Amino acid sequence: MQKDLPLFEVTRRDFVGAVVGAAALVPETASAQSQQSSVTLKINRQSHTLNIEPRVTLLDALREYLQMTGTKKGCDHGQCGACTVLIDGRRVNSCLTFAIMHEGAEITTIEGLAQGDQLHAMQAAFLKQDGFQCGYCTSGQICSAVGLLNEGHKDLSDDDIRELMSGNICRCGAYPNIVTAVKSVYQQGGHA
Amino acid sequence: MIPFTYNRAAGIDEAIGTHGRFIAGGTNLIDLMKYGVENPDHLVDINRLPLADIEALPDGGLRIGALARNSDMANHAQLKQNYPVLAEAILAGASPQLRNLATAGGNLLQRTRCYYFYDAGFAQCNKRTPGSGCAALNGYNRIHAILGTSEHCIATHPSDMAVAMAALEAVVYVQGPQGKRRIPFSEFHRLPGATPQIDTNLNAGELITSIDLPPVAAPSRAYYLKVRDRRSYAFALVSVAAILQIDNGSIKQARIALGGVAHKPWRVPAAEHALTGKQPGEAAYKEAANLLLAGAHPHEHNAFKVEMAKRAVIRALTVAESRS
Repeated sequence: MQKDLPLFEVTRRDFVGAVVGAAALVPETASAQSQQSSVTLKINRQSHTLNIEPRVTLLDALREYLQMTGTKKGCDHGQCGACTVLIDGRRVNSCLTFAIMHEGAEITTIEGLAQGDQLHAMQAAFLKQDGFQCGYCTSGQICSAVGLLNEGHKDLSDDDIRELMSGNICRCGAYPNIVTAVKSVYQQGGHA
Repeated sequence: MIPFTYNRAAGIDEAIGTHGRFIAGGTNLIDLMKYGVENPDHLVDINRLPLADIEALPDGGLRIGALARNSDMANHAQLKQNYPVLAEAILAGASPQLRNLATAGGNLLQRTRCYYFYDAGFAQCNKRTPGSGCAALNGYNRIHAILGTSEHCIATHPSDMAVAMAALEAVVYVQGPQGKRRIPFSEFHRLPGATPQIDTNLNAGELITSIDLPPVAAPSRAYYLKVRDRRSYAFALVSVAAILQIDNGSIKQARIALGGVAHKPWRVPAAEHALTGKQPGEAAYKEAANLLLAGAHPHEHNAFKVEMAKRAVIRALTVAESRS
């Protein structure tokens, strides 16, 4: 057992988790029907085997079972886009799909975009263009924008980019710089 | 969310033979499960069934597999070429992320976005709890239906895709415990009547396998107009799928379907026939619009939809006419 743990190593997440975790993880209805299944997910080129109930969304599997908290929970109903990840290169809302449905798929989260210390072009562009304020929607915005690049659109105008990014809400209203960031990478053919 | 059991069907027969709710894209079903509106005890995952292809038919039509994703449909070369009104309608709906998950079959089976249905905190909803009443009738009913309603339900069907498919006279193919059958699009969704909990004419255990689009007979001009509270990522207040065939300066054939106004995509054959042989233009379009909205029965907050729908019909036909 570890003793004398320096206080600064207790992150905000550890603290919040310790306070609310016990309550949050109790099933809403204990039922004989609950079923635990072994599910192997391939996330950012690494396999992870989880023992989870079918009702665990991909978002909750990432955040609550794998501690990959880069993917954010905003509305949890597919309306805000904060939870956007890529499945087989396509952007989706991870809150509206169950993890168990994606055995064998290639899942990419914000944590998997950089190559070592080398940021993905879209991450670098969001930094350079100041495409965020509070940052909560940013990982979803960036994953969505990477998905947009993968879709191979031709001759996108600013209006087209706004429409194609309409599944990602930014409450701070950083939209002008988000469009600039996405456009800069799009115009460079995927490079920063 | 209430716990449930799950299995992944390896084949169509296995899926049909399993008691439970089918799940494909899941974007609507999972949302409703989170709200406690849908509470299935078993889910049959049909995503691995071989129903995702979009293929040309020998007669020149197009077969859209029930599991084709909405984004794959909107990007399909032949679909865009021959049925542009359908591609436009799909791209007018939801967001890119949702369209990547949502399937053709699931889109048809979307439940209404009536707030009283979606929020289980309201005791009254005949669609959610049969016999409980309709809170929308005397509640806030701005987004609700003005055509084909009943005293039991004034919900609308939320799909854009289905409105275009109605105008294209698609055919829904299903397979169930009693075998296979085809359902003309106009008979797929139903009006609420006294049983608004039933959205479609699918029988228990039936699985949608494909949606077939008939061949396009002659060059046609088409447009999908969606009127909504914001420019993107919102459900339609009113929408119109308009298809015109114009030959030697007169209308040879017209197909018009309305969304956002009824429990199903709304078509009025008399309105389409009234355009046949007429000269394209506002006078003819206005007559068709009036016929489409005949019998409209608005409620306290949605009377605006009657005039909005008429103007939308005229505008959609005018834009369609201008296309070649």
